[in-house]
Amino acid sequence: MTDDNHNDYGPGLLAPYRVLDLTDGRGLLCGKMLADLGADVVQVEPPGGSPARNVGPFYHDNPGAERSLFWWAWCANKRGITLDIATDDGAALLRRLVANADFLIESGDPGRMASLGLGYPDLQAINPRLVMVSITAFGQDGPYADYRASDIVGMALGGFMHLTGDGDRPPLRVSMPQFYQHGSAAGAAAAMIAHTHRQLTGEGQHVDVSCQQAVARTLAHAPQYWDLEQTILRRMGAYRESAGGTFTRINWPCKDGYVNFQPGGGTAGAARSVRSMLAWMTEEGMGSPELDAVNWEELGYGTARAEIMEMTVAAVAPFFMTHTRNELADGALERRILLFPVATPSDILAHRQLAARDYYDRIEHTDIGETVTYPGHFVKDMQDAKRVGISRRAPHVGEHNREILGGELGLNDRDLARLTELGAI
Amino acid sequence: MSTLPLEGLKVLDFCWVAVGPMTTKYLSEYGATVLRVESAKRPETLRRAGPFAGGQSGINRSGYFANYNANKYGLSIDMGHPKAPELILRIAQWADVITENFTPGTLERWGLGYDELSRVNPRIVLFSASMLGRGGPMQTQPGFGAVLSSLAGYTNIIGWPDRGPVNPYGAYTDFVCPKFAVVAILAAVDRQRATGRGTHLDMSQLETSLHFGGPMLLDADVNGREPELVGNRHPAASPHGAYPCAPDVSGETDRWITIAVFTDEQWAALRDEMAADGVTDAQSGEFRTFRVRKAHEDKLDGIIAGWTANHDRHGLMRRLQAAGVPAGVVNDTRDLFEDAQLQHRNHFTWLDHPEMGPYATDYTESHLSATPGRLDRPAPLLGQDTEHALCEIIGLSEAEYRELEEAGALE
Repeated sequence: MTDDNHNDYGPGLLAPYRVLDLTDGRGLLCGKMLADLGADVVQVEPPGGSPARNVGPFYHDNPGAERSLFWWAWCANKRGITLDIATDDGAALLRRLVANADFLIESGDPGRMASLGLGYPDLQAINPRLVMVSITAFGQDGPYADYRASDIVGMALGGFMHLTGDGDRPPLRVSMPQFYQHGSAAGAAAAMIAHTHRQLTGEGQHVDVSCQQAVARTLAHAPQYWDLEQTILRRMGAYRESAGGTFTRINWPCKDGYVNFQPGGGTAGAARSVRSMLAWMTEEGMGSPELDAVNWEELGYGTARAEIMEMTVAAVAPFFMTHTRNELADGALERRILLFPVATPSDILAHRQLAARDYYDRIEHTDIGETVTYPGHFVKDMQDAKRVGISRRAPHVGEHNREILGGELGLNDRDLARLTELGAI
Repeated sequence: MSTLPLEGLKVLDFCWVAVGPMTTKYLSEYGATVLRVESAKRPETLRRAGPFAGGQSGINRSGYFANYNANKYGLSIDMGHPKAPELILRIAQWADVITENFTPGTLERWGLGYDELSRVNPRIVLFSASMLGRGGPMQTQPGFGAVLSSLAGYTNIIGWPDRGPVNPYGAYTDFVCPKFAVVAILAAVDRQRATGRGTHLDMSQLETSLHFGGPMLLDADVNGREPELVGNRHPAASPHGAYPCAPDVSGETDRWITIAVFTDEQWAALRDEMAADGVTDAQSGEFRTFRVRKAHEDKLDGIIAGWTANHDRHGLMRRLQAAGVPAGVVNDTRDLFEDAQLQHRNHFTWLDHPEMGPYATDYTESHLSATPGRLDRPAPLLGQDTEHALCEIIGLSEAEYRELEEAGALE
C-alpha cells in the first residue's frame, strides 16, 4: 500500500490486509489494533459522521465531530469514508468493497446487518474468504441479546463490579469505559484466529463476540472460587480478598498520594519483595521483628492470614507515610519490591520508562496546528521498532471518500456528487 | 468434529502466572499444540494459589492454574540444569512460536535469547512479555497485574470522592493484555508463513494496558485534565449508578442493579416505571432535563435507591429493559454460573481432571461459525506429558530421553 500520509513506518506485519470497519463507539478498538500492526483499515461512517464522534472528552472541552478525543484515540491509523448502508446505493458500494476486503468488523445490534441484506451469508456469497467480526454486549442471540448495555451495565453483568469498590458501599465501575474495549480486543484476537485458518484453507467465517464474557474472563480466580470452594469473594476497598477468609492489602496512602504494594508469600518474587521491604524499613529505624519472623517463603500466593495482614499493616503503613510516591517507586526498583505508584495521567505521560522505550507517538493535526501525544506501540517488534505504532490521526468525516470510492471503485466526480445528493455518502 | 483453526501451530510455552497462560490458552483452545514448560523443582505461582478442588491444597489442585492451562501439554524441565539449554534448542527447532514472560534477561542468561533461538530456527516467532518491557531504566522492576493497574492509571479513577481510590479487582491488566498478545503473535505467524521470516515481539504490560485508556491520556495531553474520583457518576448520563435491591430468597443482601440514562427517552421511561409504583418524586421539574438532573444528582440517586430497594433485581432488570432503559444486575461470582445469557453461551465448560474431578474453565468469548474453539483436555498434572512430548512430539530417542531423566534435567 502506498500512502503519502504514512511517515517513517515500515510496512507492518498486517500490511497486506484490508479491513472494513463499520463499528460505532462500541467496537472501534478492534480495527484500531489491526491498524496499529499495519492493516489498511477503512472506517465506514454514516453520512454526517459516526455517533462515536459525539462521545467526549473533547478537544478544549468543546464538542464537535472533529474534536472528540474518544474518536481520535480509537480511529488513529485508519482512513475514513462515509456510506449510508441503509440505502440501496450505499449497500451496493459496501458490497463492492467487501469483494476485496479481508475483514469486516461491525458492532450493530444483533440482526441489523441481516436486515440490510448485509448479514454474513450475504457477504460470504460475495467473498467466501471474508472474516466478519460482530461485537455486541451479549452475543448475537440468547435471552439478553436485545438488552441495552452501557459500560456500567456490562461491567455489572460481567461480574467485575461486585468485586470492585468499598465493602460498605455500592459496587464500582472503572470511570472510563472498559466493557466494549474488552470485547473489541477479544474480537481482534478472534479475527486473527479466523484469519490464520483462512490463509490455510481459503475459508472465511463469522465471529460472534460477547463483551459480557470477555469481562467475565477478567476476574482472575474469583469464579473458580465459587466453583471449587463455594466461596463468593467480595469487594474490600483497599484490600483484596484473596481466598475465603484471607485477604491482602493492595492500596496504601503515602506522603503525597497512594502506592500499591502487595504483601504476601510465594514465588514470582513475592516473598523476596516483602523481605526487601522489611529490610528497607529496618534501615530507616522502622523495622518490625515480628514481621521478620514470619515465614513468607512458605506462605502460598495470596494466603497470608488475617493476623499476619493486620501486623503488616500496622508496621508498613506508617513507613509509607514517611515517603513520597517517587521515593517509594525508586526504592522499589532498586530493591526489587512489588510496588507501583497510583499514577495520574500526567504521571503516565511523563513516565521515564515509557520515554526510554520511545512509547509515545506525536502526531501532527495540521487542521488545528497542534501536535498530539498518542499511546504508541502496544507491542514492540524488536527487529524494527518503527513497525508498530501510530502514524496518522483519525480521519475527518468523509476524508477519504475520493481516494477510496473514486480511486479504487472508479466513481467519478459526477457519481460522487449524485450519491452525496441522495444521502448515500 | 470440525477442524480447529490453529491446528498445526506449534508452540513452546514458558509463560507463567496469569497473563502468559491466558494468552496461550487462546492458542490451545483453537487447536495449537502447546508444550507448556514448568519446573517441578520450583512449581509456578499459580499452582500454589487457590482455589483448590474441595478446598484441599495440592500442586495439581489449583483451579486458578487449571483454568488457564486447559488443552496444554505439561513438561517439567529444570532450566537451571546444564543440559536444559541444549534440550530447549532442540524443541525450538520444532516450534513455530516460543512464548515467555520472565523478567527481561532471563532467557539470555540461559543462552536462549532470540539470537540463539533464531540461529537454530530462523523462522521462530519469539513472544516476550514483561511488566515494563525490555530495555529502559526499569526493565527489571518486578510486579503483578494486581499492582500494575495503578501505574496504568486505573486505580486513580476508581473510588468515591470522599474516600481514597481502590484497585480494579484482581490482576486486572493481566486480562487486558492477552487479547493484544494473540493478535501480535498471529500477525507474526502470518508473516512467518508467507515469508519464512522470524520475529521477536516484546510486550510491556504497561504499554499495552494504556491502550484501554487512550481518550483519558489524550484528555490529559491536550486539555491538561487530571481526573477525579466520581464513584459511578458519568459525565454524559444521569442517573447513572448501582442501586440497592431487595435481598434474594437465600437472604443475600449484597444485591444491586445498575441503571444508566443517556437520553431523554430513557429518562421518561424510567420515570414512568417509578410512577407506576407510586414513586412520583422523580416527576418533579428539578429532574426534567439532563442539566437539572446533574445539578440534583444526589437527591435523584436517593429517590431511585428508595424505589429499587423494594424490588427483586432480576424482575426489575427485565422490566427496565422492556421499557428501553439500560439496566443490569450486579452479578456476583455465583450469579455468573446462573446467568441465563452466560449459560446460553456455554461460558463455563467443565473438564474432568484426574486429581480435581470436574472443574469449570472459561470458554472463549468469541464464537467462530466454522471453526469454534474447543476445550477438551484438563490442565496437565505437573510434568505429566514430559515423556510423551519429548519422545512422540519432538522425536527424542528413548536413550536420549533416559539420559536427560537420569541426569536430573527433567525435574
